[in-house]
Amino acid sequence: MNDIALSLDTVWMLLAAMLVFWMQPGFALCEAGFTRGKNTANILFKNFVDFMLGSLLFFFVGFGFMFGSEGAGFIGAPNWGDLSFYSGDLPVEGFLMFETVFCATAATIVSGAMAERTKFSMYVVYSAAISLFIYPIEGHWTWGGGWLAGDAADSFMMTTFGAAFHDFAGSAIVHSVGGVLALIGAMALGPRRGKYDAEGHSRAIPGHSLTLAALGVFILWLGWFGFNPGSQLAASGEVNRTAISHVLLTTNLAAAAGGIATMMLTWWRYGKPSFSLTLNGVLAGLVGITAGCDLVSPLGAIIIGLVCGIVLVYSIEFIDHHLHIDDPVGASSVHGVCGILGTLMTGLLATDSGALYGHGWGFFGAELFGIAVIDLWAAACGIVLFYGIKRLKGLRVDARIEEEGLDVYEHGELCYN
Amino acid sequence: MKKIEAIIRKTKFEEVKEALLGADINWFEYHDVHGIGQSRQERIYRGVQYSTDVIERVALSIVCRDQFVQPTIDVIIKVAQTGEIGDGRIFVSDVIDTYSIRTGEHGDTVLRDKK
Repeated sequence: MNDIALSLDTVWMLLAAMLVFWMQPGFALCEAGFTRGKNTANILFKNFVDFMLGSLLFFFVGFGFMFGSEGAGFIGAPNWGDLSFYSGDLPVEGFLMFETVFCATAATIVSGAMAERTKFSMYVVYSAAISLFIYPIEGHWTWGGGWLAGDAADSFMMTTFGAAFHDFAGSAIVHSVGGVLALIGAMALGPRRGKYDAEGHSRAIPGHSLTLAALGVFILWLGWFGFNPGSQLAASGEVNRTAISHVLLTTNLAAAAGGIATMMLTWWRYGKPSFSLTLNGVLAGLVGITAGCDLVSPLGAIIIGLVCGIVLVYSIEFIDHHLHIDDPVGASSVHGVCGILGTLMTGLLATDSGALYGHGWGFFGAELFGIAVIDLWAAACGIVLFYGIKRLKGLRVDARIEEEGLDVYEHGELCYN
Repeated sequence: MKKIEAIIRKTKFEEVKEALLGADINWFEYHDVHGIGQSRQERIYRGVQYSTDVIERVALSIVCRDQFVQPTIDVIIKVAQTGEIGDGRIFVSDVIDTYSIRTGEHGDTVLRDKK
Protein backbone atom coordinates (compact mmCIF):
# COMPACT_ATOMS: atom_id res chain seq x y z
CA MET A 1 0.00 0.00 0.00
CA ASN A 2 1.05 3.56 -0.68
CA ASP A 3 3.14 4.81 2.25
CA ILE A 4 1.39 8.16 2.60
CA ALA A 5 -2.00 6.51 2.41
CA LEU A 6 -1.01 4.21 5.24
CA SER A 7 0.18 7.16 7.30
CA LEU A 8 -3.11 8.92 6.70
CA ASP A 9 -4.99 5.82 7.84
CA THR A 10 -2.82 5.61 10.95
CA VAL A 11 -3.35 9.26 11.86
CA TRP A 12 -7.09 8.86 11.44
CA MET A 13 -7.10 5.76 13.64
CA LEU A 14 -5.05 7.48 16.36
CA LEU A 15 -7.18 10.60 16.24
CA ALA A 16 -10.31 8.46 16.53
CA ALA A 17 -8.75 6.60 19.47
CA MET A 18 -8.22 9.92 21.23
CA LEU A 19 -11.83 10.91 20.58
CA VAL A 20 -13.06 7.60 21.97
CA PHE A 21 -10.86 8.13 25.03
CA TRP A 22 -12.69 11.43 25.42
CA MET A 23 -15.90 9.44 25.95
CA GLN A 24 -14.54 8.51 29.39
CA PRO A 25 -15.05 12.01 30.83
CA GLY A 26 -18.39 12.02 29.02
CA PHE A 27 -19.53 8.93 30.92
CA ALA A 28 -18.00 10.24 34.14
CA LEU A 29 -19.82 13.58 34.01
CA CYS A 30 -23.08 12.05 32.82
CA GLU A 31 -23.10 9.55 35.68
CA ALA A 32 -21.99 12.15 38.23
CA GLY A 33 -24.76 14.52 37.19
CA PHE A 34 -27.51 11.90 37.41
CA THR A 35 -26.52 10.88 40.96
CA ARG A 36 -26.32 12.72 44.27
CA GLY A 37 -23.49 14.99 45.32
CA LYS A 38 -22.54 12.85 48.31
CA ASN A 39 -21.34 10.09 45.94
CA THR A 40 -19.67 12.15 43.23
CA ALA A 41 -16.02 11.46 44.05
CA ASN A 42 -16.87 7.76 44.15
CA ILE A 43 -18.53 7.65 40.73
CA LEU A 44 -15.76 9.71 39.12
CA PHE A 45 -13.18 7.46 40.72
CA LYS A 46 -14.89 4.35 39.30
CA ASN A 47 -14.64 5.83 35.81
CA PHE A 48 -10.92 6.35 36.33
CA VAL A 49 -10.52 2.78 37.60
CA ASP A 50 -12.22 1.45 34.48
CA PHE A 51 -9.76 3.19 32.21
CA MET A 52 -6.64 2.63 34.29
CA LEU A 53 -7.25 -1.08 34.83
CA GLY A 54 -8.58 -1.56 31.31
CA SER A 55 -5.47 0.00 29.75
CA LEU A 56 -3.09 -2.27 31.66
CA LEU A 57 -5.07 -5.51 31.51
CA PHE A 58 -5.98 -5.16 27.85
CA PHE A 59 -2.31 -4.56 27.01
CA PHE A 60 -1.06 -7.59 28.94
CA VAL A 61 -3.84 -10.12 28.35
CA GLY A 62 -7.04 -8.86 26.71
CA PHE A 63 -5.51 -7.89 23.38
CA GLY A 64 -4.21 -11.45 22.95
CA PHE A 65 -7.54 -13.00 23.95
CA MET A 66 -9.22 -10.78 21.38
CA PHE A 67 -6.80 -10.80 18.42
CA GLY A 68 -4.31 -13.58 19.20
CA SER A 69 -3.84 -16.71 17.16
CA GLU A 70 -6.63 -19.07 17.97
CA GLY A 71 -7.82 -22.59 18.18
CA ALA A 72 -11.48 -22.92 17.35
CA GLY A 73 -12.59 -19.32 16.93
CA PHE A 74 -13.60 -18.94 20.57
CA ILE A 75 -10.56 -17.38 22.18
CA GLY A 76 -7.17 -16.06 21.13
CA ALA A 77 -3.89 -16.91 22.84
CA PRO A 78 -2.94 -14.43 25.59
CA ASN A 79 0.00 -12.24 24.55
CA TRP A 80 1.42 -11.29 27.98
CA GLY A 81 2.28 -7.85 26.73
CA ASP A 82 4.08 -9.11 23.60
CA LEU A 83 2.59 -7.51 20.50
CA SER A 84 4.77 -9.25 17.89
CA PHE A 85 2.10 -11.84 17.05
CA TYR A 86 -0.06 -9.26 15.34
CA SER A 87 0.29 -8.84 11.61
CA GLY A 88 -1.53 -6.04 9.88
CA ASP A 89 -0.84 -2.99 7.79
CA LEU A 90 -1.45 -0.54 10.61
CA PRO A 91 1.18 -0.16 13.37
CA VAL A 92 0.29 -2.65 16.09
CA GLU A 93 0.83 -0.22 18.97
CA GLY A 94 -1.62 2.26 17.48
CA PHE A 95 -4.11 -0.50 16.80
CA LEU A 96 -3.75 -1.70 20.40
CA MET A 97 -4.54 1.82 21.64
CA PHE A 98 -7.61 1.98 19.39
CA GLU A 99 -8.88 -1.34 20.72
CA THR A 100 -8.04 -0.39 24.32
CA VAL A 101 -10.34 2.62 24.32
CA PHE A 102 -13.18 0.45 22.99
CA CYS A 103 -12.63 -2.09 25.75
CA ALA A 104 -12.62 0.69 28.35
CA THR A 105 -15.89 2.05 26.94
CA ALA A 106 -17.59 -1.30 27.50
CA ALA A 107 -16.19 -1.38 31.03
CA THR A 108 -17.28 2.09 32.06
CA ILE A 109 -20.94 1.71 31.08
CA VAL A 110 -21.67 -0.34 34.18
CA SER A 111 -20.63 2.11 36.91
CA GLY A 112 -23.67 4.36 36.43
CA ALA A 113 -26.21 1.57 36.87
CA MET A 114 -24.49 0.43 40.07
CA ALA A 115 -23.99 3.95 41.39
CA GLU A 116 -24.44 5.15 44.97
CA ARG A 117 -24.36 1.78 46.74
CA THR A 118 -21.56 -0.48 45.46
CA LYS A 119 -18.43 -1.24 47.47
CA PHE A 120 -15.47 0.33 45.73
CA SER A 121 -13.30 -2.75 46.25
CA MET A 122 -15.86 -5.03 44.62
CA TYR A 123 -16.28 -2.64 41.71
CA VAL A 124 -12.55 -2.93 41.08
CA VAL A 125 -12.97 -6.72 40.82
CA TYR A 126 -15.79 -6.35 38.29
CA SER A 127 -13.87 -3.76 36.29
CA ALA A 128 -10.86 -6.07 36.03
CA ALA A 129 -13.05 -8.96 34.90
CA ILE A 130 -14.64 -7.16 31.96
CA SER A 131 -11.32 -5.90 30.58
CA LEU A 132 -9.54 -9.16 31.29
CA PHE A 133 -11.88 -11.64 29.65
CA ILE A 134 -15.60 -10.76 29.32
CA TYR A 135 -15.10 -8.19 26.57
CA PRO A 136 -11.99 -9.65 24.87
CA ILE A 137 -13.54 -13.10 24.43
CA GLU A 138 -16.75 -11.97 22.77
CA GLY A 139 -14.65 -9.41 20.92
CA HIS A 140 -12.61 -12.29 19.54
CA TRP A 141 -15.74 -13.98 18.17
CA THR A 142 -16.46 -10.88 16.12
CA TRP A 143 -13.77 -8.24 15.50
CA GLY A 144 -11.03 -10.75 16.31
CA GLY A 145 -12.06 -12.82 13.29
CA GLY A 146 -13.70 -15.57 15.34
CA TRP A 147 -16.65 -17.80 14.63
CA LEU A 148 -19.42 -15.14 14.46
CA ALA A 149 -17.65 -12.94 11.93
CA GLY A 150 -16.11 -15.49 9.57
CA ASP A 151 -17.43 -14.99 6.05
CA ALA A 152 -15.69 -17.97 4.45
CA ALA A 153 -18.18 -20.03 2.44
CA ASP A 154 -17.84 -23.05 4.75
CA SER A 155 -18.01 -21.08 8.05
CA PHE A 156 -20.83 -21.73 10.50
CA MET A 157 -22.49 -18.35 9.95
CA MET A 158 -22.38 -18.56 6.14
CA THR A 159 -23.75 -22.10 5.98
CA THR A 160 -26.50 -21.32 8.52
CA PHE A 161 -27.60 -17.79 7.62
CA GLY A 162 -25.79 -17.01 4.39
CA ALA A 163 -24.38 -13.93 6.13
CA ALA A 164 -21.82 -13.11 8.81
CA PHE A 165 -22.67 -11.17 11.94
CA HIS A 166 -22.06 -7.45 11.37
CA ASP A 167 -21.47 -4.91 14.11
CA PHE A 168 -19.54 -2.02 12.62
CA ALA A 169 -18.49 -0.16 15.77
CA GLY A 170 -20.04 -2.03 18.67
CA SER A 171 -23.78 -1.65 19.33
CA ALA A 172 -23.65 -5.30 20.34
CA ILE A 173 -19.98 -5.94 21.10
CA VAL A 174 -19.39 -2.87 23.27
CA HIS A 175 -22.70 -1.31 24.28
CA SER A 176 -25.10 -4.21 24.70
CA VAL A 177 -22.46 -6.12 26.67
CA GLY A 178 -21.97 -3.14 28.99
CA GLY A 179 -25.74 -2.67 29.21
CA VAL A 180 -26.48 -6.32 30.05
CA LEU A 181 -23.78 -6.32 32.72
CA ALA A 182 -25.21 -3.04 34.04
CA LEU A 183 -28.67 -4.57 34.36
CA ILE A 184 -27.41 -7.67 36.14
CA GLY A 185 -25.16 -5.63 38.40
CA ALA A 186 -28.02 -3.34 39.41
CA MET A 187 -30.27 -6.37 39.92
CA ALA A 188 -27.73 -8.16 42.12
CA LEU A 189 -27.21 -5.02 44.20
CA GLY A 190 -30.84 -4.18 44.81
CA PRO A 191 -32.31 -0.68 44.73
CA ARG A 192 -30.88 2.31 46.56
CA ARG A 193 -32.38 2.93 49.97
CA GLY A 194 -35.57 4.93 49.58
CA LYS A 195 -35.96 4.18 45.87
CA TYR A 196 -39.18 2.20 46.37
CA ASP A 197 -41.82 2.82 49.00
CA ALA A 198 -43.48 0.10 51.08
CA GLU A 199 -46.01 -0.62 48.31
CA GLY A 200 -43.25 -0.92 45.74
CA HIS A 201 -43.93 2.39 44.02
CA SER A 202 -40.91 4.00 42.44
CA ARG A 203 -39.71 7.23 43.98
CA ALA A 204 -37.68 9.93 42.28
CA ILE A 205 -34.11 10.47 43.45
CA PRO A 206 -33.11 13.50 41.37
CA GLY A 207 -29.48 13.76 40.34
CA HIS A 208 -27.45 16.64 41.69
CA SER A 209 -26.50 18.42 38.47
CA LEU A 210 -28.12 18.33 35.06
CA THR A 211 -25.38 20.74 34.00
CA LEU A 212 -22.76 18.04 34.47
CA ALA A 213 -24.99 15.44 32.83
CA ALA A 214 -25.61 17.67 29.79
CA LEU A 215 -21.90 18.40 29.38
CA GLY A 216 -21.20 14.69 29.68
CA VAL A 217 -23.68 13.83 26.93
CA PHE A 218 -22.30 16.50 24.60
CA ILE A 219 -18.81 15.09 25.20
CA LEU A 220 -20.06 11.58 24.47
CA TRP A 221 -21.69 12.84 21.28
CA LEU A 222 -18.32 14.23 20.14
CA GLY A 223 -16.54 11.06 21.23
CA TRP A 224 -18.90 9.03 19.08
CA PHE A 225 -17.58 10.89 16.03
CA GLY A 226 -14.39 8.94 16.70
CA PHE A 227 -16.09 5.75 17.83
CA ASN A 228 -18.07 5.14 14.63
CA PRO A 229 -16.17 6.84 11.79
CA GLY A 230 -12.90 5.68 13.34
CA SER A 231 -14.00 2.08 13.14
CA GLN A 232 -13.45 2.22 9.40
CA LEU A 233 -9.77 2.09 10.48
CA ALA A 234 -8.81 3.83 7.27
CA ALA A 235 -9.26 7.22 5.65
CA SER A 236 -7.27 7.12 2.42
CA GLY A 237 -8.72 6.48 -0.99
CA GLU A 238 -12.17 7.13 -2.35
CA VAL A 239 -13.83 4.17 -0.68
CA ASN A 240 -12.60 5.11 2.79
CA ARG A 241 -13.12 8.86 2.59
CA THR A 242 -16.66 8.26 1.39
CA ALA A 243 -17.28 5.68 4.10
CA ILE A 244 -16.08 7.79 7.05
CA SER A 245 -18.09 10.76 5.82
CA HIS A 246 -21.19 8.60 5.50
CA VAL A 247 -20.68 7.11 8.95
CA LEU A 248 -20.20 10.53 10.54
CA LEU A 249 -23.47 11.71 8.99
CA THR A 250 -25.52 8.65 9.95
CA THR A 251 -24.12 8.79 13.50
CA ASN A 252 -25.10 12.41 13.96
CA LEU A 253 -28.56 12.02 12.39
CA ALA A 254 -29.40 9.09 14.66
CA ALA A 255 -28.29 11.00 17.76
CA ALA A 256 -30.41 14.01 16.83
CA ALA A 257 -33.42 11.85 15.94
CA GLY A 258 -33.08 9.88 19.19
CA GLY A 259 -33.08 13.04 21.28
CA ILE A 260 -36.01 14.57 19.41
CA ALA A 261 -38.04 11.36 19.69
CA THR A 262 -37.53 11.25 23.45
CA MET A 263 -38.29 14.94 23.84
CA MET A 264 -41.57 14.67 21.93
CA LEU A 265 -42.64 11.43 23.61
CA THR A 266 -41.98 12.71 27.14
CA TRP A 267 -43.73 15.97 26.27
CA TRP A 268 -46.80 14.03 25.23
CA ARG A 269 -46.59 11.43 27.99
CA TYR A 270 -45.69 13.55 31.02
CA GLY A 271 -47.04 16.93 29.90
CA LYS A 272 -43.56 18.46 29.94
CA PRO A 273 -40.48 17.61 27.87
CA SER A 274 -38.02 15.80 30.11
CA PHE A 275 -34.47 17.07 29.75
CA SER A 276 -32.80 14.28 31.69
CA LEU A 277 -34.53 11.65 29.55
CA THR A 278 -33.75 13.56 26.35
CA LEU A 279 -30.07 13.35 27.29
CA ASN A 280 -30.54 9.57 27.43
CA GLY A 281 -32.45 9.73 24.14
CA VAL A 282 -29.45 11.23 22.34
CA LEU A 283 -27.28 8.43 23.70
CA ALA A 284 -29.95 5.87 22.72
CA GLY A 285 -29.77 7.07 19.12
CA LEU A 286 -25.97 6.92 19.17
CA VAL A 287 -25.90 3.41 20.63
CA GLY A 288 -28.52 2.24 18.15
CA ILE A 289 -26.77 3.51 15.01
CA THR A 290 -23.35 2.13 16.00
CA ALA A 291 -23.88 -1.37 14.55
CA GLY A 292 -25.15 -0.34 11.14
CA CYS A 293 -23.80 3.19 10.66
CA ASP A 294 -21.87 2.02 7.58
CA LEU A 295 -24.73 0.04 6.00
CA VAL A 296 -27.87 2.13 6.47
CA SER A 297 -28.90 5.21 4.51
CA PRO A 298 -29.20 8.61 6.22
CA LEU A 299 -32.96 8.07 6.31
CA GLY A 300 -32.41 4.62 7.82
CA ALA A 301 -30.21 6.24 10.48
CA ILE A 302 -32.99 8.66 11.38
CA ILE A 303 -35.45 5.76 11.68
CA ILE A 304 -33.05 3.89 13.98
CA GLY A 305 -32.60 7.03 16.10
CA LEU A 306 -36.36 7.63 16.36
CA VAL A 307 -37.13 4.03 17.30
CA CYS A 308 -34.37 3.96 19.93
CA GLY A 309 -35.45 7.30 21.40
CA ILE A 310 -39.03 6.04 21.78
CA VAL A 311 -38.24 2.55 23.05
CA LEU A 312 -35.81 4.08 25.56
CA VAL A 313 -38.58 5.85 27.48
CA TYR A 314 -40.71 2.72 27.80
CA SER A 315 -37.67 0.64 28.66
CA ILE A 316 -36.61 2.96 31.49
CA GLU A 317 -40.18 2.94 32.83
CA PHE A 318 -40.46 -0.84 32.56
CA ILE A 319 -37.15 -1.54 34.30
CA ASP A 320 -37.91 0.98 37.04
CA HIS A 321 -41.66 0.52 37.65
CA HIS A 322 -42.15 -3.15 36.82
CA LEU A 323 -38.85 -4.97 37.23
CA HIS A 324 -37.96 -2.75 40.21
CA ILE A 325 -34.33 -2.66 39.15
CA ASP A 326 -32.79 0.64 40.18
CA ASP A 327 -30.58 1.98 37.39
CA PRO A 328 -29.94 5.63 38.37
CA VAL A 329 -28.58 6.70 34.97
CA GLY A 330 -30.55 4.41 32.62
CA ALA A 331 -27.45 2.56 31.38
CA SER A 332 -29.23 -0.77 30.92
CA SER A 333 -31.88 0.85 28.70
CA VAL A 334 -29.53 3.11 26.75
CA HIS A 335 -26.73 0.62 26.14
CA GLY A 336 -28.44 -2.73 26.61
CA VAL A 337 -31.88 -2.35 25.06
CA CYS A 338 -30.88 0.15 22.37
CA GLY A 339 -27.68 -1.77 21.61
CA ILE A 340 -29.74 -4.88 20.91
CA LEU A 341 -32.33 -2.87 18.98
CA GLY A 342 -29.70 -1.17 16.82
CA THR A 343 -28.05 -4.48 15.96
CA LEU A 344 -31.38 -6.00 14.93
CA MET A 345 -32.42 -2.94 12.94
CA THR A 346 -29.18 -3.22 10.97
CA GLY A 347 -30.55 -6.53 9.72
CA LEU A 348 -33.69 -4.73 8.55
CA LEU A 349 -32.32 -1.45 7.21
CA ALA A 350 -28.93 -2.29 5.67
CA THR A 351 -29.36 -1.05 2.11
CA ASP A 352 -27.38 -3.88 0.50
CA SER A 353 -28.59 -6.83 2.60
CA GLY A 354 -31.45 -5.82 4.92
CA ALA A 355 -34.83 -7.51 5.02
CA LEU A 356 -36.78 -4.29 4.38
CA TYR A 357 -34.81 -3.75 1.17
CA GLY A 358 -35.95 -7.11 -0.16
CA HIS A 359 -32.79 -9.08 0.55
CA GLY A 360 -34.48 -11.75 2.64
CA TRP A 361 -34.14 -12.58 6.30
CA GLY A 362 -30.71 -14.26 6.26
CA PHE A 363 -28.77 -11.20 7.41
CA PHE A 364 -31.40 -10.37 10.03
CA GLY A 365 -31.09 -13.94 11.29
CA ALA A 366 -27.33 -13.55 11.55
CA GLU A 367 -27.76 -10.33 13.55
CA LEU A 368 -30.36 -11.93 15.83
CA PHE A 369 -28.20 -14.98 16.43
CA GLY A 370 -25.07 -12.90 16.99
CA ILE A 371 -26.60 -10.52 19.49
CA ALA A 372 -28.23 -13.41 21.35
CA VAL A 373 -24.95 -15.29 21.68
CA ILE A 374 -22.99 -12.20 22.71
CA ASP A 375 -25.49 -11.08 25.32
CA LEU A 376 -26.01 -14.57 26.70
CA TRP A 377 -22.25 -14.67 27.23
CA ALA A 378 -22.36 -11.27 28.94
CA ALA A 379 -25.35 -12.30 31.06
CA ALA A 380 -23.73 -15.57 32.12
CA CYS A 381 -20.50 -13.80 33.09
CA GLY A 382 -22.47 -11.10 34.90
CA ILE A 383 -24.54 -13.57 36.89
CA VAL A 384 -21.50 -15.58 37.98
CA LEU A 385 -19.48 -12.47 38.74
CA PHE A 386 -21.98 -10.25 40.53
CA TYR A 387 -23.90 -12.94 42.38
CA GLY A 388 -20.60 -14.67 43.19
CA ILE A 389 -19.20 -11.47 44.71
CA LYS A 390 -22.48 -10.86 46.49
CA ARG A 391 -22.37 -14.29 48.09
CA LEU A 392 -18.68 -14.34 48.96
CA LYS A 393 -17.88 -10.77 49.93
CA GLY A 394 -21.02 -8.65 49.60
CA LEU A 395 -21.51 -6.11 46.83
CA ARG A 396 -23.15 -3.36 48.83
CA VAL A 397 -21.90 -0.86 51.34
CA ASP A 398 -23.53 -0.71 54.80
CA ALA A 399 -26.75 1.25 55.21
CA ARG A 400 -25.06 4.07 57.12
CA ILE A 401 -22.41 4.53 54.43
CA GLU A 402 -25.09 4.63 51.76
CA GLU A 403 -27.11 7.20 53.69
CA GLU A 404 -24.22 9.51 54.48
CA GLY A 405 -22.45 9.09 51.17
CA LEU A 406 -19.76 6.88 49.69
CA ASP A 407 -17.34 9.77 49.29
CA VAL A 408 -16.68 10.26 52.97
CA TYR A 409 -16.66 6.59 54.00
CA GLU A 410 -15.13 4.85 51.00
CA HIS A 411 -12.55 7.51 50.18
CA GLY A 412 -12.41 10.03 53.00
CA GLU A 413 -12.59 12.74 50.36
CA LEU A 414 -15.66 14.78 49.56
CA CYS A 415 -16.29 16.09 46.08
CA TYR A 416 -17.90 19.30 47.31
CA ASN A 417 -16.46 21.06 50.34
CA MET B 1 -37.69 48.22 70.14
CA LYS B 2 -39.14 45.48 67.99
CA LYS B 3 -37.97 42.57 65.92
CA ILE B 4 -39.62 42.19 62.54
CA GLU B 5 -39.32 38.78 60.89
CA ALA B 6 -40.56 38.59 57.34
CA ILE B 7 -40.74 35.50 55.16
CA ILE B 8 -40.87 36.58 51.53
CA ARG B 9 -40.56 35.14 48.05
CA LYS B 10 -36.97 34.61 46.89
CA THR B 11 -37.78 36.50 43.71
CA LYS B 12 -38.76 39.58 45.73
CA PHE B 13 -35.57 39.72 47.79
CA GLU B 14 -33.67 42.27 45.69
CA GLU B 15 -36.63 44.65 45.54
CA VAL B 16 -37.31 44.38 49.27
CA LYS B 17 -33.62 44.91 50.04
CA GLU B 18 -33.55 48.17 48.07
CA ALA B 19 -36.82 49.33 49.61
CA LEU B 20 -35.58 48.65 53.17
CA LEU B 21 -32.39 50.62 52.57
CA GLY B 22 -34.59 53.42 51.23
CA ALA B 23 -36.72 53.20 54.38
CA ASP B 24 -33.72 53.97 56.59
CA ILE B 25 -33.05 50.42 57.76
CA ASN B 26 -29.26 50.20 57.61
CA TRP B 27 -28.76 46.62 58.79
CA PHE B 28 -30.75 43.45 58.59
CA GLU B 29 -30.02 39.75 58.40
CA TYR B 30 -31.51 37.31 55.95
CA HIS B 31 -31.27 33.61 55.34
CA ASP B 32 -32.67 31.05 52.95
CA VAL B 33 -35.39 28.99 54.55
CA HIS B 34 -37.20 25.84 53.52
CA GLY B 35 -40.78 25.55 54.67
CA ILE B 36 -43.18 22.66 54.59
CA GLY B 37 -46.73 23.62 53.73
CA GLN B 38 -49.94 22.05 52.59
CA SER B 39 -49.43 23.00 48.97
CA ARG B 40 -47.75 20.38 46.81
CA GLN B 41 -45.84 20.91 43.62
CA GLU B 42 -46.04 18.08 41.07
CA ARG B 43 -42.78 17.19 39.38
CA ILE B 44 -41.54 14.41 37.10
CA TYR B 45 -37.99 13.04 37.17
CA ARG B 46 -37.06 10.44 34.57
CA GLY B 47 -40.63 9.21 34.23
CA VAL B 48 -41.31 9.07 37.97
CA GLN B 49 -43.98 11.47 39.21
CA TYR B 50 -43.37 12.92 42.61
CA SER B 51 -44.60 15.85 44.58
CA THR B 52 -42.53 18.13 46.68
CA ASP B 53 -43.97 20.08 49.62
CA VAL B 54 -40.72 21.96 50.19
CA ILE B 55 -41.23 25.68 49.71
CA GLU B 56 -38.16 27.89 49.37
CA ARG B 57 -38.33 31.40 50.79
CA VAL B 58 -36.06 34.09 52.21
CA ALA B 59 -36.45 35.11 55.85
CA LEU B 60 -35.50 38.68 56.84
CA SER B 61 -34.77 39.64 60.41
CA ILE B 62 -34.89 43.34 61.27
CA VAL B 63 -34.51 44.91 64.74
CA CYS B 64 -35.52 48.59 64.87
CA ARG B 65 -36.82 51.29 67.14
CA ASP B 66 -40.58 51.53 67.62
CA GLN B 67 -41.11 54.49 65.30
CA PHE B 68 -39.63 52.52 62.39
CA VAL B 69 -41.78 49.43 62.81
CA GLN B 70 -44.87 50.46 60.87
CA PRO B 71 -43.00 52.14 57.97
CA THR B 72 -40.81 49.03 57.62
CA ILE B 73 -43.80 46.69 57.56
CA ASP B 74 -45.59 48.93 55.07
CA VAL B 75 -42.58 48.89 52.77
CA ILE B 76 -42.24 45.11 52.88
CA ILE B 77 -45.93 44.54 52.18
CA LYS B 78 -45.94 47.07 49.36
CA VAL B 79 -42.93 45.61 47.60
CA ALA B 80 -43.24 41.88 48.32
CA GLN B 81 -46.93 41.58 47.52
CA THR B 82 -48.01 39.83 44.33
CA GLY B 83 -51.53 38.92 45.42
CA GLU B 84 -50.91 35.21 44.78
CA ILE B 85 -50.97 32.59 47.54
CA GLY B 86 -47.50 32.23 49.02
CA ASP B 87 -46.47 35.88 49.39
CA GLY B 88 -45.37 35.23 52.97
CA ARG B 89 -45.80 36.39 56.55
CA ILE B 90 -44.50 39.13 58.84
CA PHE B 91 -44.03 38.55 62.58
CA VAL B 92 -43.39 41.37 65.04
CA SER B 93 -42.09 40.77 68.57
CA ASP B 94 -40.67 42.80 71.46
CA VAL B 95 -36.95 43.01 71.97
CA ILE B 96 -35.92 43.51 75.63
CA ASP B 97 -32.50 45.02 75.12
CA THR B 98 -29.62 45.32 72.73
CA TYR B 99 -25.88 45.79 73.27
CA SER B 100 -23.08 47.10 71.13
CA ILE B 101 -20.14 44.75 71.48
CA ARG B 102 -17.67 47.44 70.43
CA THR B 103 -18.65 50.07 72.99
CA GLY B 104 -20.58 48.11 75.60
CA GLU B 105 -23.50 50.59 75.33
CA HIS B 106 -27.02 49.24 75.49
CA GLY B 107 -30.57 50.38 74.83
CA ASP B 108 -32.28 51.29 71.60
CA THR B 109 -29.86 54.12 70.79
CA VAL B 110 -27.40 51.40 69.83
CA LEU B 111 -29.51 50.75 66.75
CA ARG B 112 -28.02 53.06 64.19
CA ASP B 113 -31.19 53.51 62.20
CA LYS B 114 -31.45 57.11 61.11
CA LYS B 115 -33.24 60.03 62.84
